[in-house]
Amino acid sequence: MYLITKKEELTENIYWMDVCAPRVAKSAKPGQFLIVKAGEKGERIPLTICDYDKEQGTVSIVFQTLGDSTKKIAALNEGEYLHDFVGPLGNPSELVFEDPEELRKKKILFVAGGVGTAPVYPQIKFLHDLGVDVDVVLGTKSKTTLILEDKMKGACTNLYVCTDDGSYGFKGMVTDRVKALVENEGKTYDLCVAIGPMIMMKFVSKLTKELGIHTIVSLNPIMVDGTGMCGACRVTIDGKVKFACVDGPEFDGHLIDFDEAMRRQAMYKTVEGKKAILQENKEREHKEKCDYTEALNETK
Amino acid sequence: MRLNKVPVREQDPEVRKRNFSEVSFGYNMEEAMSEAERCLNCKKPKCVPACPVAIDIPGFIRELKDGNVGEAAKVIARSSCLPAVCGRVCPQEEQCEGSCIVGLRGEAVNIGKLERFVADWSRQNNIEFTEKQPANGMKVAVIGSGPAGLSCAGDLAKMGYDVTIFEALHEPGGVLVYGIPEFRLPKEAVVREEINLLKKLGVKLETNVIIGRTVTIEELFRDEDFKAVFVGSGAGLPKFMGIPGENSNGVMSANEYLTRANLMKAFRNDYDTPITMGRKVAVVGAGNVAMDAARTAVRLGAEAYIVYRRSEKEIPARIEEVHHAKEEGVIFNLLVNPVAILADEKGWVKGLRCVRMELGEPDESGRRRPVEMKGSEFDIECDSVIMSLGTSPNPLIASTTEGISTNRHGCILIDEASGESSREGIFAGGDAVTGSATVILAMSAGRKAAAGIDKYIKGKYMR
Repeated sequence: MYLITKKEELTENIYWMDVCAPRVAKSAKPGQFLIVKAGEKGERIPLTICDYDKEQGTVSIVFQTLGDSTKKIAALNEGEYLHDFVGPLGNPSELVFEDPEELRKKKILFVAGGVGTAPVYPQIKFLHDLGVDVDVVLGTKSKTTLILEDKMKGACTNLYVCTDDGSYGFKGMVTDRVKALVENEGKTYDLCVAIGPMIMMKFVSKLTKELGIHTIVSLNPIMVDGTGMCGACRVTIDGKVKFACVDGPEFDGHLIDFDEAMRRQAMYKTVEGKKAILQENKEREHKEKCDYTEALNETK
Repeated sequence: MRLNKVPVREQDPEVRKRNFSEVSFGYNMEEAMSEAERCLNCKKPKCVPACPVAIDIPGFIRELKDGNVGEAAKVIARSSCLPAVCGRVCPQEEQCEGSCIVGLRGEAVNIGKLERFVADWSRQNNIEFTEKQPANGMKVAVIGSGPAGLSCAGDLAKMGYDVTIFEALHEPGGVLVYGIPEFRLPKEAVVREEINLLKKLGVKLETNVIIGRTVTIEELFRDEDFKAVFVGSGAGLPKFMGIPGENSNGVMSANEYLTRANLMKAFRNDYDTPITMGRKVAVVGAGNVAMDAARTAVRLGAEAYIVYRRSEKEIPARIEEVHHAKEEGVIFNLLVNPVAILADEKGWVKGLRCVRMELGEPDESGRRRPVEMKGSEFDIECDSVIMSLGTSPNPLIASTTEGISTNRHGCILIDEASGESSREGIFAGGDAVTGSATVILAMSAGRKAAAGIDKYIKGKYMR
């Protein structure tokens, strides 16, 4: 059982939680993720590590409520417990292993979309602490759905906010902003790291390929155990099948089969998940029964 | 002497294919004592050397004949810490029962069901038989709480060691909880209870710890004062065929399907994890895991097919499992090999393209090699495909620990006698060493390594 020491609703449906998990806090590195299960009968849900405090032994998670299982996690309060909290999973970001001297010579652009802002934060914080220059383009629906703005500002060189409705910052897509930075404002980048909805990562990767900027994205596909056991998270990278949980979660954005990844993500993506499947099954049984009765009547 | 064994009562196939309760009811006291009478109590029993953990089989049956079930349980406990599990899932027909002298003239003594009866009865009647040596204060870490880890931990705890098991999942038991279905091995009544017996021996259990990620073996030695480590992390990495369409929606590994059904209890409405409930499910492969997947699919309301490239004779699953699967209506497509998975315009499975095979010359496994028949292509209509092609060890531990050598399949190399790996103080056993095998072989490896660890620690730290 893992104590929730802090909970905050950052914006509608997006929550921040500090969770007491000393072993995880001690080992966590930027780029890694966790699996969280709210109660005994809950589902194992992969979530993002947003921050960690090795002294306090806490790990911060940020998540958006989408289906039943994330709602159950969100329903828990400070002082209550998560049933299971396992990690850190996946490989740390490659930046962690690079020579700080080399990193300081590079110009790095992060593109964050929606709740994807959370996994970007530990990476830019890590780079900021090393004295690396980092620009961030942050996309969200509107001013009210923007999260972690102050934290991000404090950990990067330039923060460019884009909103779909133009209520704050630049009006438009992150891709428009990135394009403008490179083509109109004379910015050059050696590396782009994009984390957010799959569709955003797909289009950022498409653009950066045209611009010739090496791009890393972080995938968050369906998974059960998160340790390489189930294979639910398989993705095609440069024609080869990889498991996002153990081979990733970060991959070269120019080599991913995004269309396949998006299709696979929809596999259990009825908002109500299992309930919908059960309902469908019930209807099917009902229909079969009716067909059977009909057939019986016909033969009579 | 009666040539036939006392029949085992089972759930009717038509009833059991609609529930997840155990198929076999096992023996009651009367039936067990009657079956025990059939044992000849051989002077040189052939069944004992055929048992990977060398249970004194005539010894426990002798006690059972006299009605001393508790004593029988003590005899078994000297060699095995998971009798209720092994009585259910061991391939007895190839081991103890396969060597039974009675089997030459009639049916072998039903040793498996007798073991199961003794284990179930003594658990239900709270028989205490945990003999334990005084604590020696030496810490040993066991990685993985499957059969190898549990038996290693049990033996070491009995010898007085301070044992902690680290489990990556949220529930202990390894393949016993995520792999083998409820209808073959009840989780709460059997697996959890056998694990509780270990806890009574003083074994500590930490779930949700992934060795190599949450903490490394180096850190266990350096920061937590463990003197030796046993790696029983199993063979968790599923294999796929590499055929076109394999990433279509509705294609999954047997590991995924069974983990959803067993560990996550997706078949129960009060659990949140979803599972695809296909109408026509094709399972590729014919091992025990394939049977488990097909029979689970039947229970979830599907029509289930086994697709296997060799013939009935080569089926690697236990005869009992194949028999049960057939009774429950699983359809066997033998000498058939998938070549592609067909998907609809939305990317969901709609069929399996196959070719027919014939058997040629024996291959390195000694089995006749299946050869494709030209022009025999045909499609099997289905909406889910479950790949059950075996598993290989997860590379995480070997890749995060210096000095552990593995073979080209990723299996950890050990010294056969002691179970020690190429790195001092690190021992290994079970599927992590052999690749996917059986529960009892893993248990046997765990016991052997426990003896090896005892010798190592006594030699190095307790002189």
